[in-house]
Amino acid sequence: MYKILSKKQLSENVFQMEVEAPYVARARKPGQFVIVSVDEEGGERIPLTIAGADEKKGTIRLIFQRVGKATAQMADLKEGDSLGYVAGPLGKPTHIDKFGVCVCVGGGIGIAPLWPIAEALKKAGNRVISILGARTKELLILEEEFRRFSDELIVVTDDGSYGRKALVTEPLGEVCRREPKPDFVIAIGPTIMMKFCCETTRPFGIPTQVSLNTIMVDGTGMCGGCRVEVGGKTQFVCVDGPEFDGHQVNFDLMMKRMAAYKDMEQRAYEEYRQHRCKIGLNQTKRSS
Amino acid sequence: MSELSKKLQELLEKQRSGQLKAKERFEIPPQEMPQQDSVVRRSNMNEVALGYTEEQARLEALRCLQCPTAPCVEGCPVRIPIPAFIAQIAAGNYAGALEIIKEYSLLPAVCGRVCPQEVQCQEKCTVGLKFKDVMKSVSIGRLERFAADWGAEKAQTPRAAAPTGQKVAIIGSGPGGIVAASDTRRAGHSVTIFEAFHKPGGVMVYGIPEFRLPKAIVHKEIETLRKMGVEIVCNFIVGRTRTIEQLMKEDGFDAVYIGVGAGLPKFMGIEGEQLVGVYSANEYLTRANLMKAYQFGRGADTPIARSRRVAVFGGGNVAMDAARMAVRLGAEKVYLVYRRSEKEMPARVEEVHHAKEEGVEFCLLQNPKRILGNEQGQVVGVECLRYELGEPDESGRRRPVPIAGSEFVLDVDTVIVAIGNGANPLLQQTTPGLKFNKWGNIEVDENCRTSLEGVYAGGDIVLGAATVILAMGQGRIAAAAINEYLAGKRR
Repeated sequence: MYKILSKKQLSENVFQMEVEAPYVARARKPGQFVIVSVDEEGGERIPLTIAGADEKKGTIRLIFQRVGKATAQMADLKEGDSLGYVAGPLGKPTHIDKFGVCVCVGGGIGIAPLWPIAEALKKAGNRVISILGARTKELLILEEEFRRFSDELIVVTDDGSYGRKALVTEPLGEVCRREPKPDFVIAIGPTIMMKFCCETTRPFGIPTQVSLNTIMVDGTGMCGGCRVEVGGKTQFVCVDGPEFDGHQVNFDLMMKRMAAYKDMEQRAYEEYRQHRCKIGLNQTKRSS
Repeated sequence: MSELSKKLQELLEKQRSGQLKAKERFEIPPQEMPQQDSVVRRSNMNEVALGYTEEQARLEALRCLQCPTAPCVEGCPVRIPIPAFIAQIAAGNYAGALEIIKEYSLLPAVCGRVCPQEVQCQEKCTVGLKFKDVMKSVSIGRLERFAADWGAEKAQTPRAAAPTGQKVAIIGSGPGGIVAASDTRRAGHSVTIFEAFHKPGGVMVYGIPEFRLPKAIVHKEIETLRKMGVEIVCNFIVGRTRTIEQLMKEDGFDAVYIGVGAGLPKFMGIEGEQLVGVYSANEYLTRANLMKAYQFGRGADTPIARSRRVAVFGGGNVAMDAARMAVRLGAEKVYLVYRRSEKEMPARVEEVHHAKEEGVEFCLLQNPKRILGNEQGQVVGVECLRYELGEPDESGRRRPVPIAGSEFVLDVDTVIVAIGNGANPLLQQTTPGLKFNKWGNIEVDENCRTSLEGVYAGGDIVLGAATVILAMGQGRIAAAAINEYLAGKRR
């Protein structure tokens, strides 16, 4: 179980995998996530949003960024290897409806979980305007995929190496000022990006969903590690989310909580990298 | 021969000839539980209570008056014929003792360790009543553990009846699920346990620490189930991976037992609970127990706060577990903040005692008002308020009343909130037709039957907050009801 059927490197630190997980493939809906671990004994449980699935093949698509030890270990796995386990799908699915004009804003790795949602919005009969942002050209992922179904696609990079030189909030603000005004915005990306997307749409009163990827252990509503403040109330990302009304989320608090284990995570990643270096694993070529 | 052996032989002689008088039984000193040194154990995860020796067990067993009324049995949630198994221990027939227990309780090695005996069987014990001290009651739990540990290596796998062709789904692999699985499997049904975590055992694995309940004991019980032919599917979240409706209508399950346990941890709703360094006890214990965060960097990748000073809020067993875990994870100072007095604490007396021995400081009649943080959003202290006891409240316990202006600050970097759990909303969100009460707990009748045909439930998801033995008891009731229901369908 949980065999990796294919693996692709999308950018320097972003990888895509098709993983055998028939139950999840059958049940998952856009917006849901899985808990993944590379190792049944001792491996960390990490939440990853499902970026797509093939029900017939019984596989799910995971797109993840190498940021720490667990994701680095995952990135080192090859086709034919298996993950320790995949549990899910978890979280409430995105509410897909015919809203009218939908703006889908994705930043960095957040473009991956946005993909199935944006596609589902298009299928539901919405006009989909996609805004994708990355730090630089090499880090932009899934542009082609989004181009296929988006009615309009705006690409921005922080350094101007590709598309417009801007942050995603700039075109988002412009789209908000258009007539007709968008009916629905969904923003997925770094916490700070989601925060400012919400600030951008707030004056226009446009409903804005965000998908939060907080620290989690079980992912089923038991530990409370993922709690965030939404509208002044404590909510659990795993069972009440992962999507929330972005205008109600306390992003500042969330960012602080996300940094809880930064030092330990960095140390673990560093140790893992040194270990890999010693055994020569870092010599492997990019597989894409 | 040691002094103890001599004494035991003497007593056994008399016992055999029917000469042992009640007075002599009363004179046998209550046997102390051998335990790991309280300083040494602060830095290891090994079990604290080491278990009676044979001599101790038989001496303790001889303290039992074998009273015909057996009030202890009434105090036991699963009605184990306690005097009968104790008599077998006194006689040296440990296999016989275990056989008696096993007829009523599937997990004696667990219950002997974690049951709150002093408010169950031992509360009613005639010996304890005679001394007007429940701590002088016959140590029924320790004797149960003795028999279970003695038989651990000799256990046989129960046999299943001829296949019925009917399928039972058990949701959750905690104590209730294990019992329900075992009892329905023995009746010949094909049984599958669905577990959300990657390891089966439920609260016995993620919640109760190794130093109180060695995981090897739980693994053994799980292995026994596997040997009986029970299938265990991990990483499967009923409600999400498959719904109950899908299990029954599409996957061919004829009956379902829901034993998903507790859910969302409760927080106090005070300022600062979102700060970094504030844990629910569930999270803290899951990281430490299930994910083995105490071995971070040495084979385990799940981090946990490396705390210097810790405050635990609450007075139950979970609060004691969290406080004692914090000690073992290297905290220099651990406070346990509880708003009532020690008398009202719901924790087992033994856990309170062990926590104190390990240096946990009890801050009684105190309650947190807010958690203080620094600019990085990390905990730097807890502002507490002192309380006094007023009139009894609806629970019969004296209500704690805050003393105005009594605020003071505990200097801590970590806070663990252990004030209980609400119900997990997952099944409520995904199971139409299943009735819940206003707290989100599943409504059942006396046979653990829910509002949906063929669906049964027990343990924390029904009772709110229960114990291992209560969950087991309900698992057994539900299994009996399921077996009857399925027999009816076969006719």
